Amino acid sequence: MTEHIVVLIPLTFLLAALLAPLFGAWRDRAAYWVVLAATFVVACLSLYGLWHVAIEGAVRYTMGGWPSSVGIEYVLDPLSAFFCAVISVIAFVVLVHARKVTPRELPGKEIPYYSVVGLLLAGLSGIVVTGDIFNLFVFLEISSMSSYALVAMGDKRAPVAAFRYLILGTVGASFYLIGVAFLLFETGTLNMADMGRALPLMLDDPNVILGLALILLGLGIKMALFPLHGWLPDAYTYTASPSSALIAPMGTKIAAYGVIRIAFFVFSADYVSRQLPYADLIAWLSAAGIIFGSIMAIAQKELKRLLAYSSVAQIGYIGLGIGLANPLGLIGALLHVLNHALMKSLLFLVAANLRAKVGHSDITKLDASLRKKMPWSMFGFTIGALSMIGIPPTAGFFSTWYLALGAIDKGAWVFVAVLVVSSLLNAVYFFRVIEKIYLRSPDAVDKVEEDEQAPRRLLGTAEVGWSMLAPVLVLAVAIFVAGFLNAWIVETFLRGMVPL
Amino acid sequence: MIELFQQYYAYWFIVLAMLLGLYGILFKRNLVKQLIGLNMFQVAVILFYVATAVKPDGDVPVIDPEVGAVAAAYMNPLLHTLMLTAIVVSVGTMGVAFALIITIYRRYGTLDEVELLERMK
Repeated sequence: MTEHIVVLIPLTFLLAALLAPLFGAWRDRAAYWVVLAATFVVACLSLYGLWHVAIEGAVRYTMGGWPSSVGIEYVLDPLSAFFCAVISVIAFVVLVHARKVTPRELPGKEIPYYSVVGLLLAGLSGIVVTGDIFNLFVFLEISSMSSYALVAMGDKRAPVAAFRYLILGTVGASFYLIGVAFLLFETGTLNMADMGRALPLMLDDPNVILGLALILLGLGIKMALFPLHGWLPDAYTYTASPSSALIAPMGTKIAAYGVIRIAFFVFSADYVSRQLPYADLIAWLSAAGIIFGSIMAIAQKELKRLLAYSSVAQIGYIGLGIGLANPLGLIGALLHVLNHALMKSLLFLVAANLRAKVGHSDITKLDASLRKKMPWSMFGFTIGALSMIGIPPTAGFFSTWYLALGAIDKGAWVFVAVLVVSSLLNAVYFFRVIEKIYLRSPDAVDKVEEDEQAPRRLLGTAEVGWSMLAPVLVLAVAIFVAGFLNAWIVETFLRGMVPL
Repeated sequence: MIELFQQYYAYWFIVLAMLLGLYGILFKRNLVKQLIGLNMFQVAVILFYVATAVKPDGDVPVIDPEVGAVAAAYMNPLLHTLMLTAIVVSVGTMGVAFALIITIYRRYGTLDEVELLERMK
């Protein structure tokens, strides 16, 4: 039974994507429950898989019984189980939140919306479990195409942002495909494990070097690695709130997974960091992205746009960990995948709550009345912001800590400085928001209005409903839990994933 | 030099198609033209795979009882099969892209990127 988990993870999502319109034809709301139930099932499966793999080692599944040299092999190893768990658990939390938000933001489009969400999750989890380098391309495109569709379902400007995302994303996928071609000609196989065994004999071959460069370039575009991030801010800002909370924590990180898988598992850390300058290049670009994203985030007036630019910076953290190419750096990157998924989905959910209750998420118009109206949402936001800045004992501190240790280990003090500066810049742009929601007194007009509503305010009726509040609080608690348990997470799961 | 061209001329044309596609994506203002560029780029990649499947005097990859299962006697079928999938992916992308273009045109009444940015403000 256990070996079927591997294939059940993407197939359950795919099945949900197919069933959602059918059930939607029967009852409008049924589409939502189908996708939510599938996500719950997959979340349980991947958590079990994560545990199983940590104890018993990788699980392999050959499609249709064809041996891996001929057919397509699916592999659930510690790394992919970890990503599966992050994807499905975060998706479940965001979907719980989406129940009330989607009908309001996308009236009449819920059924196709949830179907596409199912496809997106199938694509994301497929990328993670496949052991075939071409199959990875197919799943990458499934997830990207659903992302384009999800991004396009938003406000008026969303289709333009989606179109730009589509052009860049497809160019990235094409580069990846050319890179795969070069590796295929040299090694004669598409299976990652077989390719990994064949490659050490031909590492000096120009075709291999070029192929790897093209693959990394393609994945770099998908990952929004600076300076290839141009598509990201608009796409995250203009799309509907549930989509930004779904795509932002996972979309770019899946490409980072691709980079980790190909650079460190198919190739080796030694090859990408010592024999070729690729890892250094990734590290430097990521460091530039961290600074650039943080500075751009300071300049933003709109909360979702601020979070989008902050995503550019945060993917830089993961890229930096990859670029350091040493165990501590990679652990920091993987821990940051988890932490950033928690923080960013939390912050986007709070932005959605603001849009639902206040009608906008314009930072300049926020004031301290929110503290009383939506105390719990604002509490969640504060926790998320503190974690983004990296204040212990929130989760964000520990991944930054491991990254800094990795940088010190490598003697790359510049990157330590970059991490410190980035924390300061994060503090600047998040405290700007926190200061508004806790300290800035609302202007006189609002005060009169508020006094009339004083009894209501005390009862806290302006807070969002439980389906939108519970996910925020769960994520806020999870940030602390992930912070306190960081040593256990690292020792039990992440150590086993690092191939160094 | 001429030899290099003669031996690999298919690849030179593929590289040319790829660069033309990239030129369209980067420098054309009209969204449909950008999309044409994108499609050229994708097709160039597909042709690249297919071109590498060719073997001198290779036959259709169905085993001929007179020749037997000699790998050198047949074209490489794997690359063609892979490209079937890639073509499906590229058709899917085009479908999504045209749907987006239609939506953009209905909302803004233009497909010119510069004008679009003006009207988006």
